[in-house]
Amino acid sequence: MSGNFTLITGRTRAQGDGLHQGRDSEAYRLATRLVEMNDEDMNTLGVGEGDLVSISTLAGQVTVPVKKGDLPRGMLFMPMGPTANLLVGGETESTGMPSYKGELAEVEAV
Amino acid sequence: MSTLIENVVCTFCGSLCDDLIVEVDDGRVIKLRKACSNGGGLFQHYDPAPKSPTIAGQEVTWEDAIREAARILDRSDSPLIYGLSSTASEAQRKAIALADKLGAIVDSTSSVCHGPTGLAMQTVGEPTCTLGEVRNRADLVIFWGCNPAESHTRHFSRYSVMPKGMLTPNGRRDRTVVVVDVRPTASTRVADLFLQVAPGKDYEVLTTLRALVKGKTITSEMVGGLPLAQLQLLADQMRECRFGVVHMGMGLTQTGGRDVNVSELFALVAELNEYSRFSVIPMRGHGNVAGADQVMTWQTGYPFAVSFNRGYPRYGPGEFTTVDVLARGEVDAALIIASDPVAHLPQAAARHLDRIPTIVLDPMPTLTGARAQVVLPTACYGLDALGTAYRMDSIPLQLRPVLPRQRPTDEEVLDRIIEAVPAC
Amino acid sequence: MLGIRNGRVYDPAHGIEDQVQDIWIKDGRIVAAEEVDPRQAKTIDATGLVVMAGGVDIHSHIVGAKVNAGRKFCPEDHYDHVRARSPLSRSGVGYTTPTTFMTGYLYAELGYTTVMEAATAPLVARHTHEELEDTPILDKGVFVTMGNNHFIMRAIQTGAWEQARDYVGWLLEATGGFAIKVVNPGGVENWKWGKNVSQLDDEVIGFGITPRQIVQTLSRINDALGLPHVPHIHGLRLGQSGNAATTVDMIEALEGRRAHLCHLQFLSYDGEAGQMRSGAERVAQAVNAHPNITVDIGQVVFGPATTMTSDGPLQHRLHQLTGHKWLNDDVEGEAGGGIVPMAYQPRNIINAIQWLTGLELFLLIDDPWRVFLTTDHPNGGPFFCYPQVISLLMDQGYRAEVLAKLHPRARRGTLLAELDREYSLSEIAIVTRAGTARALGLKNKGHLGVGADADVTIYEPQEDHEAMFSCPRYVIKDGEVVVRDGKLVQSRPGRTLYVKPDYDRGIEPAIRQHFKETYTVSFDNYAVQDEYLTHGEVISCA
Repeated sequence: MSGNFTLITGRTRAQGDGLHQGRDSEAYRLATRLVEMNDEDMNTLGVGEGDLVSISTLAGQVTVPVKKGDLPRGMLFMPMGPTANLLVGGETESTGMPSYKGELAEVEAV
Repeated sequence: MSTLIENVVCTFCGSLCDDLIVEVDDGRVIKLRKACSNGGGLFQHYDPAPKSPTIAGQEVTWEDAIREAARILDRSDSPLIYGLSSTASEAQRKAIALADKLGAIVDSTSSVCHGPTGLAMQTVGEPTCTLGEVRNRADLVIFWGCNPAESHTRHFSRYSVMPKGMLTPNGRRDRTVVVVDVRPTASTRVADLFLQVAPGKDYEVLTTLRALVKGKTITSEMVGGLPLAQLQLLADQMRECRFGVVHMGMGLTQTGGRDVNVSELFALVAELNEYSRFSVIPMRGHGNVAGADQVMTWQTGYPFAVSFNRGYPRYGPGEFTTVDVLARGEVDAALIIASDPVAHLPQAAARHLDRIPTIVLDPMPTLTGARAQVVLPTACYGLDALGTAYRMDSIPLQLRPVLPRQRPTDEEVLDRIIEAVPAC
Repeated sequence: MLGIRNGRVYDPAHGIEDQVQDIWIKDGRIVAAEEVDPRQAKTIDATGLVVMAGGVDIHSHIVGAKVNAGRKFCPEDHYDHVRARSPLSRSGVGYTTPTTFMTGYLYAELGYTTVMEAATAPLVARHTHEELEDTPILDKGVFVTMGNNHFIMRAIQTGAWEQARDYVGWLLEATGGFAIKVVNPGGVENWKWGKNVSQLDDEVIGFGITPRQIVQTLSRINDALGLPHVPHIHGLRLGQSGNAATTVDMIEALEGRRAHLCHLQFLSYDGEAGQMRSGAERVAQAVNAHPNITVDIGQVVFGPATTMTSDGPLQHRLHQLTGHKWLNDDVEGEAGGGIVPMAYQPRNIINAIQWLTGLELFLLIDDPWRVFLTTDHPNGGPFFCYPQVISLLMDQGYRAEVLAKLHPRARRGTLLAELDREYSLSEIAIVTRAGTARALGLKNKGHLGVGADADVTIYEPQEDHEAMFSCPRYVIKDGEVVVRDGKLVQSRPGRTLYVKPDYDRGIEPAIRQHFKETYTVSFDNYAVQDEYLTHGEVISCA
């Protein structure tokens, strides 16, 4: 496995609100197509708030806007949803549970 | 003329709050009190108007839709029934009856949520309690790998942090709140102590705590990104409290180790009962996923990951779990009930649903429904249909509708499908 | 209409022992011969066959939150015990904790037609009723645990016994319950503090009352409400050496009031800690001397078991003793409990003593109308081992055979070798149906008189009593043949028997207040609604 970031996916209030408004609503799209990064990591990458970044894991790749998040260095947080799920692999290690939290990811400025 | 309905049960999350006040006028919810934003969204965005089922996106009669669903399932060699966690137990019972008749695989969203918790419970046990014990007795409340402020928004105020109870007359002041997570969240801000564990290192921290609780000496100064001194303090608090409760979530089940992480926590909690009273409560996500576990277990013997393909229930986490059978392409038809796998499963699994005929039963439009062969728009339990749901601590409540019903229920539709399919 | 002709009828409730008689059935009831046109009736030729009422199990753990937690907890229990679906039945799995459909089928195939679910905490009664709906064929009832209930304990503390009485009336109605169940009174509350009780006059923490007061109050309430059954009591110090003396104390504490002591075997040990011996003689003496007491034995059967009780501290202790995985559940304001898987082995001295104690109790208690056959399923062993227990009761030679296989030290000093009493078929009929139905206050069960529910089991008499009782020739439920030659031929829903005692509804404001202070569900959402009792039948109170 490669990648120097750990990807965590999970619930957010905005994602929940978006869900209620409809899976094809703008609110849902906005709430689930983003990634949060530590601001020092953002500086290192040379990106600012709202810039697009490309995230890849072994499972796939997405391009999404980045937001400053209260995260330790080396961590990415994405709200759960179809965009994040492009990055989560199907391997469950015989438990049924994929790696929703802990995929190794690479990030590049776009 | 509007009607005010009290003590309404909200089914969005496993908190299953049952104190909502709903004002209804002309068949719509116009006002809602006490609900959080998730509950509010559920009640206020639901459109109860009758909708036609569709086949390949075209509106058809219910009779035609059910016949097509039955045809798909009958022709399938290896059907999957998935979801269940946002529908009532009455429908869950029918879904399993259908799986039994078809020789299908049946799995609930537990497999991507607290399935590993079930595996841990089966391995080491689970000392647990109902949420009222947290309210009444808990003086040490720990949240491990969960963020209730965002996922179970009223949990702190109704159950675990704020409420006054029998031995907690001062509410928040009578409790010490500890949150363990890899990053700061809205929940960590509530904590008296926030332990920011390194990602993927919960197991090491838990096993260290087990050793410290038993009075062993640990020589490392840091474990899992946390100073040993801090862990020693926590171990002491856990041993000396009156009634401790750990609420645990996806931070443990979804990271490397999965059920092994949870087993370590459950073993710690069991061992703490030599010193104090301690319990663990899994933070079940969906409103009736605890019910799905219960119904699956009483009918099949197992909480999730069940195959009937030999004529009786067999248990197979990793073998019959949905992400695995989809990612490996082992099912050739899918019946999705009250769930949206296209939104919530990894792509490697979700994309298989595009390759096989899929039937969806759901009160709301979903991403899965948008690509399904057959869509059956059913009523929503607790909004316009009567049913039963189980709270995260397995307390069952009746869901009484606040709106008049204009659609068939999941239970009714499944009944008709059961009748229409021949036994395999 | 159905006629069971020429069978050897055993109907102890009517003093009928091995008499050749016809039994006539119409509209689900046993009727007089005159009511039936024999040309229109189907008949079963029961010549040479033994005919009894359908079995009535007075104490078993088959449905609800605790049982289901047990099923989920031990999937290894299920893997090798499967039942494939058939055109008339659902599939299932499980040995000590079978799934619901399988439970119904297996009990019916054993010749049982009524089973009492031995313990449900009120807060989860709705769950119990959902599972009962998925448990076919059998008629069922639910015992509701009350021995650690905060409202009741508070009322005892303040001397407000009428409040307690009305609350119990309300609680039975709110839960669709059949009887008052008491489990380790006060001890389960103390477990929430990490403690227990060991004597009747120990203090219940936070309430300043005693187990004695709880038991006396609930037995008084039982009489006042005129309930069909009596308080069903799981006593103190279950499983502990020396608890026989505490059991005798309990019997005496009842002061002549009627009560039922369940799975008595587990509460009948003499000796100091670590020196456990059978205390059956002492306990049997007390039972014999107190005609107000009925008991069921809770016989241990060698093999796998799953201990599951509402006795929280007991289950933790079992976990400590065995090292087996442990489940605990504390229920707010009401109850608790736990689960630990077990296996009983003849060469394990404690298990051997437990086995001996149960049989000694059976053989030393004189009146079969007051001692009943159970294994406290699944605590002592699975219910489908009842025929094995029947065989042990009827055949001293078989007892001696098994005795010889026990741990040698357990055999020393046991009375069992000298007890040569053998139960007759009539006595077996009493301890498995006639007596249990009478103790439960079920007037239409357990006998074959006119007016009884047409629940009938027909056995082929055999020397091998275990084989005889394992495989009934016919089982009839509500006048329908459901089992032939030990195999299911028809499935149908059974009924849930429950009570609706009279009580003063003026108690409601006090209960509402109690909910605000204690619970995390609304009072208005607590009571089990009619939708959960679609197959319910009210059994009237006196």
